[in-house]
Amino acid sequence: MDESVTLKKLAQKFPDAVVGTHRFRGDDTVIVTKDKIRDICFFLRDDPDLLYNFMMDLTVVDYLGREPRFEVVYHLYSLAHNQRVRLKALVPESDLTIDSVVPVWIAADWFEREAYDMYGVVFQGHPNLRRILLYEGFEGHPLRKDYPLKKRQPLIGPVN
Amino acid sequence: MGLKLSRWQVTRDLVARQKESTGPERLLDGSVILTRLEAAVNWARKYSFFLYPFVTACCGMEFMSVAGPRYDLDRFGAALPRFSPRQADLLMVVGTISHKQAPILVKVYNQMAEPKWVFAFGVCAVSGGFYDNYSVVQGIDTLIPVDIYVPGCPPRPEMVLDGLLQLQQKVKEERWSDWPRGEAPVSRC
Ligand code: SF4
Repeated sequence: MDESVTLKKLAQKFPDAVVGTHRFRGDDTVIVTKDKIRDICFFLRDDPDLLYNFMMDLTVVDYLGREPRFEVVYHLYSLAHNQRVRLKALVPESDLTIDSVVPVWIAADWFEREAYDMYGVVFQGHPNLRRILLYEGFEGHPLRKDYPLKKRQPLIGPVN
Repeated sequence: MGLKLSRWQVTRDLVARQKESTGPERLLDGSVILTRLEAAVNWARKYSFFLYPFVTACCGMEFMSVAGPRYDLDRFGAALPRFSPRQADLLMVVGTISHKQAPILVKVYNQMAEPKWVFAFGVCAVSGGFYDNYSVVQGIDTLIPVDIYVPGCPPRPEMVLDGLLQLQQKVKEERWSDWPRGEAPVSRC
């Protein structure tokens, strides 16, 4: 299979940020450091060879016990070129922040709120970073691997 | 037909007994039945539940089945769902109650006029069911008092009908002094 334009251009443009890439059956994956994430996203959206104008998904993976522990995963699609790319940004537990990509794709707004809600990753520059599915007053971030299985939230009821 | 005949027989026997009796009802010629007021009111209540269906999840399908013509809650007098809690006296909690929804449920309960009863429909409402997780209330009895628990995921319509009959039995045995019960005993909502 030919080399991917996306991977090549990214590696050329951001040699320091790109930690690794791989390509399996047409699925491009780029692992990057978190510092330049917004620049990378702007580049992916605006470069005429890439034009990733559709943000399909944003989520977080918790690799408990690994360093860096978290990965913020972006799934992008280019309607112009019919291309997909998966972007993984490494986020260590000691500094749980990453730049928000809402200025790049407005669709990231609720995704980032959900990621913050479930994993506690703080998206810097997000216009309204509040919990989206859970309520104010919920303690902890339930999709983290170390969230206690039997934990009960104290909000309501004498027994719960 | 059999039921009608036996009812007719009961009435006939009653009339005959009244005629033979020496009490005051002898003078009334079978047109009046004497009873305790409490019993009469309870009898009226148990055959005229007005439901408020608080339907949140898949059990709602089963609720529709029970309420529809095949199983027909109407036969037991619990036919008319009221979509305002202020007009209802039987709160049917049908489905999973999440923590975010708990304050709504408590509010609905508190808005209902007394006397009122609560029917936990399905194992999610009874105990949280298999949703033993961060987001689901582990049984609505942690929020509001419950009269009848019907487990099952979802419960068979027969179980719901059985639960309704048991609730009727419970209502029949109530005393004036059981009411009012007051607000839901939750600490923070
Ligand atoms: S008890 Fe089962 S059917 Fe009913 S709401 Fe819960 S999961 Fe759905």
